[in-house]
Amino acid sequence: MEYKKTDRSALQTRKKKKAVKGNYQEAVTVKRILIAVAILFLFFMLVLPLILIITEALKKGLSTYISAVTEEYTVKALKLTLMATFTAVISNTIFGLIAAWCITKFKFKGRQLLTTFIDLPFSISPVIAGLIFVLTYGRNGLFYGFLQRVDMKIVFALPGIFLATIFVTFPFVAREIIPLMEAQGNDEEVAAASMGAKGFTIFLRITLPNIKWGLLYGIILCTARAMGEFGAVSVVSGHIRGKTNTLPLHIEILYSEYQFMAAFAVSSVLVILAVILLILRNLVEWRAKKNR
Amino acid sequence: MTRKTSVIPGFKITLGITIAYLSIIILIPLSTIFFKTAGMGVKEFLAAAFDRRVLHAYGVSFFCAFTAALINVIFGVIIAWVIVRYEFPFKRLIDGMIDLPFALPTSVAGIALTTLFSENGWLGSILLKVGIKGSYTLLGITIALVFIGIPFVTRSVQPVLEELDKGVEEASLMLGASGFQKFRKVILPELLSPVLTGFSLAFARGIGEYGSVVFISGNKPMKTEIAPLLIMSKLEQFDYEGATAIAIVMLLVSFLMLLFMNLIRIKTNRFLKA
Repeated sequence: MEYKKTDRSALQTRKKKKAVKGNYQEAVTVKRILIAVAILFLFFMLVLPLILIITEALKKGLSTYISAVTEEYTVKALKLTLMATFTAVISNTIFGLIAAWCITKFKFKGRQLLTTFIDLPFSISPVIAGLIFVLTYGRNGLFYGFLQRVDMKIVFALPGIFLATIFVTFPFVAREIIPLMEAQGNDEEVAAASMGAKGFTIFLRITLPNIKWGLLYGIILCTARAMGEFGAVSVVSGHIRGKTNTLPLHIEILYSEYQFMAAFAVSSVLVILAVILLILRNLVEWRAKKNR
Repeated sequence: MTRKTSVIPGFKITLGITIAYLSIIILIPLSTIFFKTAGMGVKEFLAAAFDRRVLHAYGVSFFCAFTAALINVIFGVIIAWVIVRYEFPFKRLIDGMIDLPFALPTSVAGIALTTLFSENGWLGSILLKVGIKGSYTLLGITIALVFIGIPFVTRSVQPVLEELDKGVEEASLMLGASGFQKFRKVILPELLSPVLTGFSLAFARGIGEYGSVVFISGNKPMKTEIAPLLIMSKLEQFDYEGATAIAIVMLLVSFLMLLFMNLIRIKTNRFLKA
């Protein structure tokens, strides 16, 4: 009797072991398949387009590439793109900090509504973002009479491009730092304020060091999106070469004129900028994790 | 607006600046769409917003965005899973690459994908051999939207997978659950909410996307024309009413969709907690 019992239990453990081993082997196969699927998908969707841009750009040799990249209109477009990016990043960073302070340091009615409004540009098509500025400041627009009187042009001019870029990248910084400041709470700030510190000192000495990585992360995302904005800027720009043409718009013009090599050469400049931003993004994320 | 008294200074000024900036950049410009629509006659509006060609363009936009978002859910979950759970070479590189579609300007992505999937392109010529056309078809539009949407699902799912308690999974395996059962009963319920978030973000972005699609779609009326492109071409003809009518329909649909997704998320969360 005794003997049989142990025999049975031994059999059971053997069965269990077999099952576990089977599970393990199944897991290894599944793992290999999943990794292969992920890598293949990313290779075809992400890596191949990048390789294509570089090969197309260098198709006619390095010297043609350099002359395409240093062509007058390309350089002017690059300057405008950098200007628009700079304006959008600066104003949205300052706004993001102010809005985050207001939303996380105080409890008031309408807080949720404010956060929803800040997120609004995420769910609006870039083309519609451009459209609303045409409707506001363009001919027949809300402020057209006033703009005429002060002799100012917004649509089909630089201010329109800046406004559209700001609109599209509006939420990025605020979105990154609001949850961060919310999570950190207000204890340190309250202590500092009770001891008589001024608002700006509290911000510089206490809040900023706590959120600096998140802030940097938001700024990088904002820069990336501002640099590449196409739809919204396309609506308000008017496409005047050398004046209101940003780099992404310049690429479209080159491409539609069948200057494929030049289009890809200019694209490669933006690819390089994008890759630099991605590397920065990863560095910041890594630092932020390390600091935590 | 009322608040509890706080010792931290700067409430009034930060609130004032926030509301002012928000109004100038977002609320006032956005309200012009509603003013413009209100100024139109009902007949005029209906004719502009629901013309046959416009209806077809909505269809193309929604269908392709929906399909692309679904494809992204499948691959996005797989990619997030692989990055969080497994060790393999170049994992860090792949993790860093996921955000490329976000950092790459849409017009650059557009011309690259169009060339890649055109009849003489590297992938387009292969597809053509099995009788499928890539660029200038609905498939091309969907491919562009898949490209744009990759980061949304992966980045929504990834943090949730990282937080997931491995103990529960191990327990389920110990109790004799198969790998698939474990996935279905233990992991899937947790993933539902982030997957929905990622799906709705990718879908919303896909409906409105212009830059990457406009090159690859070919823009044939009643075939591969998308709604944002119609807004663009109406604007080029200075038909502001027509453009606004389409815009307001798109805005309403995407808000309704976001609302719907949020409701589902709240429902499922409650269901899980109960």
